[in-house]
Amino acid sequence: MSLGQTVASDRQLARLLQIGVVLEEMVEASAHHHVRKRDAELDEPVAALLEEAATESARHREQLEALIAELDADSVAYEEIQALVEAQYAAADEFDDVLYDQLCNEETAYKFYDDLLGALGATDDETTDAVSTGEASATVLADETAISVDRDRLVATLREIRAEEADGVETVTDMMERRA
Amino acid sequence: MNTADQYLKAIYLIQEVEDGPASTGDVADALEVSPASANEMIGKLEDRGLAAHEKYKGVDLTDEGIVRARDALSNYCIIERFLANVLEVEAFRVEARSLEAVIDDTVAERLDRLIDRSEQCPDCFDADTDACALLDLEEVGAD
Repeated sequence: MSLGQTVASDRQLARLLQIGVVLEEMVEASAHHHVRKRDAELDEPVAALLEEAATESARHREQLEALIAELDADSVAYEEIQALVEAQYAAADEFDDVLYDQLCNEETAYKFYDDLLGALGATDDETTDAVSTGEASATVLADETAISVDRDRLVATLREIRAEEADGVETVTDMMERRA
Repeated sequence: MNTADQYLKAIYLIQEVEDGPASTGDVADALEVSPASANEMIGKLEDRGLAAHEKYKGVDLTDEGIVRARDALSNYCIIERFLANVLEVEAFRVEARSLEAVIDDTVAERLDRLIDRSEQCPDCFDADTDACALLDLEEVGAD
């Protein structure tokens, strides 16, 4: 166990980006599952939202995979995660509400990218709460010179993805509220 | 997992091994921080009602502190198991230690959907080896 550790390695970054890929794959797999299994039940706005979410996640995954490739690491095969997600849905007696499931996906992804940016020392005004409490997570990648990917591009990519996840949370929340 | 939760987890595990209060020195060693830093955070945990510190004896978690520590330990187990079973990382223990600060409980909860975790969790965590005993057994069995 360690605290306040500065790891600053390509392996560390690659592993975190792989986790991002898995989260995106979970969004894709969930959306495809709901569309496939509940096509008749889903009205057009919800089906369109899920399709859009899957497309966006696929794009995020490609962005992350491009960074992972630069770190000389492998990504995580979508088929593997899809099988795990399908197994999880098959094991559940009752499915979550589709929109609620999607909201959890978007919120989780947002939190992950926000924490990763924090670990990169790239927090901005919107995300300084944890820092101000003195309980921020350790700065994992503080020494930018030790990672071989261009830090500015890395941070810009992650911020762009985070912003889209934030928009996703807002879109799903709005839709849920309109249906309440 | 934030710093406070990492402290709570460390204190909880030391108490499991010691079957009594955790000394500040042991907490500092476990987290690789100075005793002064450990003292400061233990004071904050005490202020929040999560721990009770007695001079010359050490720190005990309160009931609320134990609940939070066990949640933190569960999240750590999820990270270990996710690395081992999904990403097939051989050095999953070492990597889990370095990732835990970045993986929030919301994210851990989501990753938990992809793994097969024992109902015993986190009681199956072996404080002596700082790792899930069941995951270890599975590894040995696989060899």
